[in-house]
This record gives sequence, C-alpha cells and structure tokens, in this order.
Amino acid sequence: MSKDLKFVLNGNRMEMAIEEHWTLLHLLREELGLTGTKEGCGSGECGACTVIVDGLAVNSCLYLAVELEGKDVLTIEGLASADGTLHPLQKSFVEHGGIQCGFCSPGMILSSKALLDENPRPTDEEIQHALAGNLCRCTGYVPIFESVKAVIQKDSEDIGVVVREAGSSSDS
Amino acid sequence: MEEFTAVGKRVPKVDAVSKATGRAQYIQDVKLPGMLYGKILYSKYPHARIVKIDTEKAKRLPGVRVVLTGEDIPPIRMGVYKDNPPLKAGKVRSYRDEVAAVAAIDPEIAEKAIDLIEVTYEALPAVFDPEEAMGPDAPLVHEDHKTNILKMPWSLHYGDVDAAKSEAAFSVEDRFTTTWVTHCCMGTSGAIADFDHANNLTVYTNTQIPSLAQKDFLETLKALGLKNNRVRVIKPYIGGGFGSKLDTYAYEHVAILLAWHARRPVKIMFGREEEFVATSTRQPTIIHISMGCDKEGKLLYRDMSMVLDNGAYTSWGVTTPSVMMMPITSLYRVPNVRYVAKCVYTNNTYSQAMRGYGNPQATFAIESAIDMLAEAAGIDRMEFRRINCNQPGDLTPQGFRITTCGLPECIEAVSEKLHLERPKEPGVGTGVASLIHVGGGARIYKSDGCGTIIKMDDYGNANVFTGASDMGQGADTILAQIVAEQLGIRVDNVNVIHQDTDVCPWDVGAHASRTTFVAGNSALGAAAKIRKRLLELAAQALEAHVDDMVLREGAAFVKGSPAVKVPISKLLRNAHFTPNGEMMMADYFYDPANENMGRDFRGNMSATYSFGTHGVRVRVDEATGKVEILDYVAAHDVGRAINPLLLDGQVYGGVLMGVGYALTEQVILDKGRNMNPDFRDYKILTAKDSIPLTPVVIETIDEAGPYGAKGIGEPGCVPTAPAIANAIYDAVGVRIKDLPITPERVLAAIKKKKGIDSCGIDPLTEKEQPCE
Repeated sequence: MSKDLKFVLNGNRMEMAIEEHWTLLHLLREELGLTGTKEGCGSGECGACTVIVDGLAVNSCLYLAVELEGKDVLTIEGLASADGTLHPLQKSFVEHGGIQCGFCSPGMILSSKALLDENPRPTDEEIQHALAGNLCRCTGYVPIFESVKAVIQKDSEDIGVVVREAGSSSDS
Repeated sequence: MEEFTAVGKRVPKVDAVSKATGRAQYIQDVKLPGMLYGKILYSKYPHARIVKIDTEKAKRLPGVRVVLTGEDIPPIRMGVYKDNPPLKAGKVRSYRDEVAAVAAIDPEIAEKAIDLIEVTYEALPAVFDPEEAMGPDAPLVHEDHKTNILKMPWSLHYGDVDAAKSEAAFSVEDRFTTTWVTHCCMGTSGAIADFDHANNLTVYTNTQIPSLAQKDFLETLKALGLKNNRVRVIKPYIGGGFGSKLDTYAYEHVAILLAWHARRPVKIMFGREEEFVATSTRQPTIIHISMGCDKEGKLLYRDMSMVLDNGAYTSWGVTTPSVMMMPITSLYRVPNVRYVAKCVYTNNTYSQAMRGYGNPQATFAIESAIDMLAEAAGIDRMEFRRINCNQPGDLTPQGFRITTCGLPECIEAVSEKLHLERPKEPGVGTGVASLIHVGGGARIYKSDGCGTIIKMDDYGNANVFTGASDMGQGADTILAQIVAEQLGIRVDNVNVIHQDTDVCPWDVGAHASRTTFVAGNSALGAAAKIRKRLLELAAQALEAHVDDMVLREGAAFVKGSPAVKVPISKLLRNAHFTPNGEMMMADYFYDPANENMGRDFRGNMSATYSFGTHGVRVRVDEATGKVEILDYVAAHDVGRAINPLLLDGQVYGGVLMGVGYALTEQVILDKGRNMNPDFRDYKILTAKDSIPLTPVVIETIDEAGPYGAKGIGEPGCVPTAPAIANAIYDAVGVRIKDLPITPERVLAAIKKKKGIDSCGIDPLTEKEQPCE
C-alpha cells in the first residue's frame, strides 16, 4: 500500500508517496540515494544506520518510514553546513583518529550528536553508554571517545556556541 | 636529529572527511545501470549427496534472469588447494556450500527465486572434530583426497629437542585450544561483475588483494572460454578487512558467472547473517606444547604439535602454520625447536586469514607456558623473559636475521607503566606476554613486491598510483606522508590512487603487516627519482650546486637561504612547457630482500621483525568468574612511527580485537551449523567494554624500513589472550587453557581448584560430568 508522507529531511520539506513496508533506511538509501547512512546488519544490532529523528538517535533499519509523518530527520549528509564546513563532531572525528574504515562513522557521529544535544557535558560513562549501540571493529573506541570529548572541551571554552549552532539543522 | 615536515606527524587520514560526511562509496553504495541482483542458495546439510536440483519454478518467476547450479558451470576451483568450486555439484561438504544461484531484477525477487529452488539431498555421515576426522573410519570430506589430513606436511626440527629435554632442569607440558572467531567487518561482503561489449570483465569488490584477485578472476574467464580477455578489479572503500579479503570467495565468482549468462552487471551483497555463515574464520587449533629451561632459566627447547580444523575447503587458513613457526622458533631465544602441524578436513566452515595469521593461537600457548615454566623454575616472570629476550644481531633457529629489536625496551616499558611492583590485592592480578611478528614484509609468494607510479601535475601536486590496498588502516595516508616528505610538498598536495588494477601497479596484497614497509619503500623509491630531478632543475634555476638544494613547503631554495626560493610548481611548468619539454613521472618496484622458506622451513622470511610486550591488570570476581580489565599497557617496537595517530589506532583496535578473542568471541558451531550468526550472540566488544589502554611506542629506526618504519597492523592482537590468561592466573590461581575465557570457564576452574563439586556440563571440557 502506498501512502503520502510529509516530513523534513536535513532541513528540506519533503512530500512523497512511500510504501508502508519501507524502513527509513530503505527510504534514504534506495529511494532518495542518500547512501551516507550505512546498513551493517539490518536488525538494529550494529548502529551503522543511525540517524536522528526529532532529536533522538534511531536505528533507521528498524524505523518504518510511515512513522516519519511530520517529523524532522537528520542524516550524515545534512550535518555539515551548506558551505561544506564540517560540524565540530565531524572535524573532531577526522582529527582524533575516530575514523578508520569509516563504515560505522556516520552512525557513530550522529549518535554522538544526539548525546551532546541532549547532554552537552556528558561523563565518560555517559559517552560509552550513548555509543554502546554503535559497533566499531577498527578503532577500539578510544579515539572515538577522544573525538567526542575534544568537542565537549572546545564547547566549554567557547561557552556552548559551537555545538548548538551547528545542531540547529535538526530544529526540534 | 633529522627534521621532518610530514613523516612522524599526526596527519589525519586523507579519506577521513569523505567518510565523516557520508560521501565515501562502499560496495553497498555502488549501482550500475541495468544491474541485476544475485543471491546464493546454501546447503541444508553439513554433508550430503545432491540427488536432484529442480530450478524450474525459480526460472519461471517473473523478474528472474538466470538460475545456475553446479552442473551449469565450467570447472572452476578456488583456494590454495584448488578444492573449492564456486557452486557445488555432486555433493555438499558444509552448511555454507553454495548449491545454486539466481540473478533477478531486484533483491526481493532473487530471494523468492532462491526459495523456489528444490534440492533433494541424501545425507551422509559427517565429521566435525578434527581429531576424529584423522581416524581410519572417519567419513571422507573429499573422497578423491583419500584422507582428511591435508598433504601439507608442516614439520620442522632444529637442534635436538629430545637431547635438550633430558638436560632440562625444569619442564612444563600442556594442551591449549582456540576456537573459531570471525572478522566482523562492519561493512559486509559484496561484489559486482560487469562484462563490456568485448567480454572484458570489471569486478567491483571488497578485496585486500586486487592483483591476486585479478589472477583468480582471469582463471574463471579462462574456464568460460575467454582466454584473451582482460580483468579489471576496482576496489571501492572497504568497510574493514582484517584478513577476511585475502582470498577470492564463491560469491565473487558466482557474480561473474551470473553476469556472463545475463549479459548484464550482477551484484551480490551479503546480509549480516550471510556474512557470519558464509565468510571464513580464524582457524581453530588444538595445541600441545612442552618447553624446558636450565636451572638459570635459559630456554633449552620448545616442542609443539598442533591439529588445525581446516573445515571443508582450503583457503589461506591451511598456511597459517608457516606463520606460527615464527613465534614457535623465534619468540625468545630457544636453541632446540620441534613443530609439527596437521590441517584436517571436517564438515565445518573453512578458515581463512585473520589479523595475526596463526600468531595469536601459537603465542597463546607459548606465552602461557612461559609463565608456567618461570613459576616451575622459581624465577620472576619478567626476569625469565629478560634472560631469554631476543637481541639485535640474533640469528634464530629458523634463520631469521634479527636486525633491530626493541623487545628488551618493551618488557621494561610494561614493567614500569603497569607498576608491576605494586602490592597484590586479593582477586587482582597482572599478566604479560610478548610477540614477534614480520615487520618487513613476508615472502610467502613468488614476489613480496609493490609497484608505485608517480605523476606530477603542472601545479606542484603528486598523483601516486600504488599497488597498496587501503582498507581503512590508512595506507594511503602513510604513502602520502612519505611522498610529501621526499618532495618537500604538503600531504594535501599528494593524491594517492589505490583502487583500480587498470591504473595501479602490482602488489601481492594487504597482508603480513607489510604495507607501510613494502608499499612505503616503493613509494619512497619512486619519489626519490622525482626528487632527484627536481633538485637538478632547482639547481639550474637558482644557479647553485645540486647538493646544496632543499625542497620544502612546495619550493626549492639553497640551504641556509630560504628567502630566495622557486616554487616546485614553477620548476614543473618550466620543464614541461619548453621545447623538448619533459613531464615529471617516475616508477619504482620494490621487492624486499627477504627469503622464501626452504624445504626445512628455514629462511629469513621478513626483512625485519616487529616486537612487542603487553601487560594487563585484571580483577576476577570469584563468585561469577567475570574478568574485568583494570589497566592495559601495549608496548610495540615499530621501527619509526610515520604517523603516531594512525599507529595508535592500529594498537587500540588490534588490542580490543585481541581482548574479544581472549574473553568473548566464539563462532558456535553445532554439528557444523552456525548457531550465533548475529551481533546479539556473537560478542564483539562494544563502547561499554572498551578498556583503559596505554600504547607505548618504541622506535628502533630500522635501516631497511621507509624512514626506519616496521609493520604494525597485526601485532596489537597477538599477545592479548596469553597476557590476560596469565593475569587471571596471577589473580586467582587458575590457568585457563581454552579460548574464549568465558566467566563459565573461569568459575568452573575456580570451583575445581577449591574442590567444590559441580555437575552438569563442564565448561572446561564441554562434556557432561556426573554429580558427585
């Protein structure tokens, strides 16, 4: 059964017909060609397909597209500014070795963003908890934690401006 | 002290921005116009005759373009032993055997068609235990092979082990086992095969061996009657390798066969369950070790035998004993060594290469036994390791020439950083283990070489075409740094191209931690040629002597006078746009001066060797058997850290993979069937399981390495399991000899030690035991 859907994707208003059985992952990758969201398992175990819906990190492989009605979706393609300036988290992952093969990176970065939007000063344990659903086989996670923590430190030096400004695209 | 501008710097990976923004294209993301989707039907039995395959219903399904069985394809044999056809005919030998394949216009139709194929099997007796498989009455996995024991006699004996045994003041002897684990690359496997109008083939695939894959695919073309056609291998971004992509797999050859019959490109993409079931594992081992020393603690002999479960077919797993020989003969000084290994066919999944390539299994037994022997001899475990430590200038019994060797420094670094002198707390213990690994390539193929072509543009940029394969570890970044350093340009001005066999030179593959060393030396050689010519041009332009010229920050100047400089881009344009002009290009093929092993397995396999020592402090909960890692120090002799950021990444990632190997990871096969093909039940470590890890870098500046570097891709995961097992023993006095070291195993051992009766399944032996 097809259905009309209205939602916001990376700041753009979308109106389109979808099939009811489509997952958000299918909608993004196969119908819209946004392949930055990765499929690592298709069953919510690895977090590679993480996107942010109304401020919450979700596994898009488990999220039905019909549930998106009226909601706001942020994928990795919408994270950098329109002029190409990287989001501080993207920049920090690049600089601190948080990326090796890169397959988990879009999901890992978006889970980190959802955490910092909710909790701008997370403890080490809170970071580990927030990223526990995003598997990485390359980095041993330590450089990923360093990437996230560097943004927090920078943020506290700049009195919160960096993270919040760049986070405005999800607008929730 | 040399002053570098690119080498030794924490340069971010050159592809990291592309990956951080979701732009990087993996095989998952590649679509070709008109592309069909392939699916594979696997066996329902671990060992059975295929009586009949009925494909009619599948062929009639709208949208299906091709259906193939083993009867429809020409003879193609994969693997080092050439015993594995991409689609099986006659019989199946494991659950992962491919019996039929379909190409359809979308993945759902292909899946439906697979379900419509009816296969009639006649079950055969099967064998799942390699020791049973060696027995005279065991079912034969390959009848024409006459025996389940592979005819690859891994056997060496240096010195006189029996005489040394009689002289030894102290000896230990024991049995260790390791089980199946798998790579768990976050990006699953996949390939696209595409024939052009002239029947030349392009394969887009996840591979660590583009040049050898090209050779394998050429053989498949030949089998199809295409003798004079070309194969191009294109490697998109790879979502993790770790050895898994060191051979070609059935799915790649099946994609080629389907594409050939469909006359359209065909993509086969694995889901996660298929990735767990149908890709290869690390090889499980049953290890017997005995080792002895004199009364001063000097090792006198090491005597080891192994049985390896080869599974139903033969990939690189069968050759891992060649690498196991390295720690067996050469980790610590040991004059008398004997080793024999048998690889045995079973109806289990077949094994392949995985980070460390046999070294983690062998080192688990060796380093556990080192602690046991030190205890038997009454010598402190660190002192015992110092007494027997490898030293620069050593020639090991296998003929390895140890050039630089930072093992003494690694042992001291672990002692110090882990504070081994601290008083012992109850339930808390420390353990250490060392490693040796190839650090200067490994000559296991006819060539251990790598080619590089460098082409300068008119603007001061270098395009570097390398044979090296990046799979996320950062090979492209390391090569960019080396070329930038040679040419005095910025890393940003170096573009490394490593994705395409049509434009990149040959390389044997990303294995044996060889890329930084071999591809690095190759890039260095090509860049040195360009450098030489640039210096000549600069000397002319500045009317100075060539020996006084310096290349730095994109310009040339006379030593001591950086103010008067000429941009490299200008030198290039002046040379290019002039009568009888020249384009600045260079090529270089580097093949290290290492040796193939002889018939007695002697030979200097690597141009240099990497060393390391790991130390760990654990707390063991005696009520639950749970092991908690409190502190971990990993010291590695890396030659030179070309990029400390990426180096740390290899160590962090390798160690955590090693901790998983030690504590949690296990492919559970029940009579050949994979019982845990998902991340819920196959436990790779998560962010919550990360450990406090201190990497220590020991630089020994090896003169054979590019800027002194050695390989470091694999060592991180080699000594982890024995370090942890030794720490558990130190903490609670139980020695666990089987991996993974689950809480059940630890608890059972603690109970046994305390004399507490237990009944039910004994986790140590996995056999039922009566209630006492």
